[in-house]
Amino acid sequence: MASSITVILNKCTGCTLCVRSCPFGAISMANKKAVIDMAKCTLCGACVTTCKFSAIELKKDSPQGAPKDLSAYKDVWVFCEQKKGVIQTISFELLGEGKKLAKKLGVKLCAVILGHNIEAKIEELSHRGADKIYVVDDPALKAYLDDPYTEVLVNLVQEYKPEIILCGATVIGRSLVSRVAVKIDAGLTADCTGLDIDEKEKLLLQTRPAFGGNIMATIITPNHRPQMATVRHKVMKEAEIHKGHKAEVIRKKFPGASLKSRTTLLDIVEEIEETVNLAEADIIVSGGRGLGSPENFSVVKELAKVLGAAVGSSRAAVDAGWMPYSHQVGQTGKTVCPKLYVACGISGQIQHLIGMQSSKVIVAINKDPDAPIFKVATYGIVGDVLEIVPALTKEFKKVLKK
Amino acid sequence: MNVIVCIKQVPNTTDVKIDPVTNTLIRDGVESVINPFDAYAIEEGVRLKERFGGKVTVISMGPPQAENALKEAISLGCDEAVLVSDRKFAGSDTWATSYTLSCAIKKVGNYDIILCGKQASDGDTAQVGPGISTHLDIPQVTYVKKIEDIKDNKARVDRMTEEGYDVLETPLPCLLTVVKEINTPRMPSLKGMMKAKSAQVAKWNAGDIEADPKSIGLDGSPTRVVRIFTPPPRKGGEIIKGETSQIAQELVQLLKDIVI
Repeated sequence: MASSITVILNKCTGCTLCVRSCPFGAISMANKKAVIDMAKCTLCGACVTTCKFSAIELKKDSPQGAPKDLSAYKDVWVFCEQKKGVIQTISFELLGEGKKLAKKLGVKLCAVILGHNIEAKIEELSHRGADKIYVVDDPALKAYLDDPYTEVLVNLVQEYKPEIILCGATVIGRSLVSRVAVKIDAGLTADCTGLDIDEKEKLLLQTRPAFGGNIMATIITPNHRPQMATVRHKVMKEAEIHKGHKAEVIRKKFPGASLKSRTTLLDIVEEIEETVNLAEADIIVSGGRGLGSPENFSVVKELAKVLGAAVGSSRAAVDAGWMPYSHQVGQTGKTVCPKLYVACGISGQIQHLIGMQSSKVIVAINKDPDAPIFKVATYGIVGDVLEIVPALTKEFKKVLKK
Repeated sequence: MNVIVCIKQVPNTTDVKIDPVTNTLIRDGVESVINPFDAYAIEEGVRLKERFGGKVTVISMGPPQAENALKEAISLGCDEAVLVSDRKFAGSDTWATSYTLSCAIKKVGNYDIILCGKQASDGDTAQVGPGISTHLDIPQVTYVKKIEDIKDNKARVDRMTEEGYDVLETPLPCLLTVVKEINTPRMPSLKGMMKAKSAQVAKWNAGDIEADPKSIGLDGSPTRVVRIFTPPPRKGGEIIKGETSQIAQELVQLLKDIVI
């Protein structure tokens, strides 16, 4: 039997609570009773919990037949991404979060690293608290390629059976685990900003924003293992370094033929003007059309330099050709959540806000007191951006003794 | 060159507003549009057809009203359109959605390149494109910002990375997900709009695409949404006033702990 949702008409009082609770606009009222439009309904169950009269019944079938035996799956894995032999900081954030989850479940925290000549990196992962490290070192894994990385991760999962796999929501991470999840029939939740364990069911609770952060959804994977999630940058705290910590190391070899890639990597081009990567930056200074001209972007860059920050841009400034697209923050650019976001001459259209409103502290400088950016700013300054930003740069220089 | 473009109809996010009393999304009167990233996929598909010949088939999985998005794609230069729609698909997560689309793509058959937007603006998962390529067992390149060349049955493309881009070569058939930088989508032409008006959108259900009933909809989805809630909206903070030098000093004091 397929899953279904029904309104029990004699219990429905026509209170309309469910209409407002539906994130998908699927419920309307007809003759003072709730009617669910099945073309829009996703069976999420938001209305079921809202209804005070138990008038909505949701029957969910256990997917793909009877529940499988999931007890063989143990441990929390973190896929540790390396580029040119450098472990990406998101991996340390995931090890920090993974440790908490492993503790709650009473299992081990394991790091997985793929690459070439990465022996020296093992100690670094050990110091970050991994109990076990799976290492696959092969020339075919030097730089990321979809086919061999998928092959290796799928094989490791099938052999060692983790119950949870965490991976950064990066270009590589999102491409890789999407493939792995389909190959091994696992559940995968994208771009999580909150993770926890349901103590009773021992399930991973994955919370993520949708509709550009306008709603949050908590997602579980009840009957499939592993439970896989990609996690956003800068949301979790990095694992602390404990120099004495020693992990068990498991080195795996794969026959060359199984690591063949259909795609070939011809070149890696680095083109970010500034040295700081937007997604990994603790501080971002962004500029918009309010700067008036491309030359004036220099005031933003100077402040960023003093703060050791990455330079961001609004879509308007990118479209005007003032900054390359790789710096664009917002719906069609990058989603960021640094500790500090300084918006200079950015009015704050909803598409921009979607990309940065989860930043911890937001400073907005704009001449228009009604600019929407002030609605999300922790500190707002109404005034001339070309006057205020250089003054800030000067003052920070003093404090930071630069 | 036969291209398949997968698109999704999404609510226009510029219209998304939050009811200040109930703290939920206001859906009334929210216009549905083609997912912004899919517009780049459509444009790139049409450009490939113009460069190499062949045809562009556009596919969408969704409710009956998604037919409008498909007709719009035809007005932008796509040749054929397929709506994959069935109540049995309700509750699909990215696993089941990519499976369903891969079944529809197999039924279309005879393709060289499949194009998807890098992600949809409502779900933001970026998982369906890679899911389709895995179900079809074909190579993929995600976050493509340029198709440099296609010859000898191979495509050379640039994949955007956090630091810049990678140049990759992939044999056809393959799946590419595209980012905004790849092109500037055209406006619909008058001829296109006329064509869209009379165009027949093929409508396929679960049976038509021979999908395994256990792998579609909620039953085929490993993940379950257990709770949906609206985060408290971010509140504006204080406005700092005064002379420029005064403002700068005050702000630097407030931010000192974060910066140092």
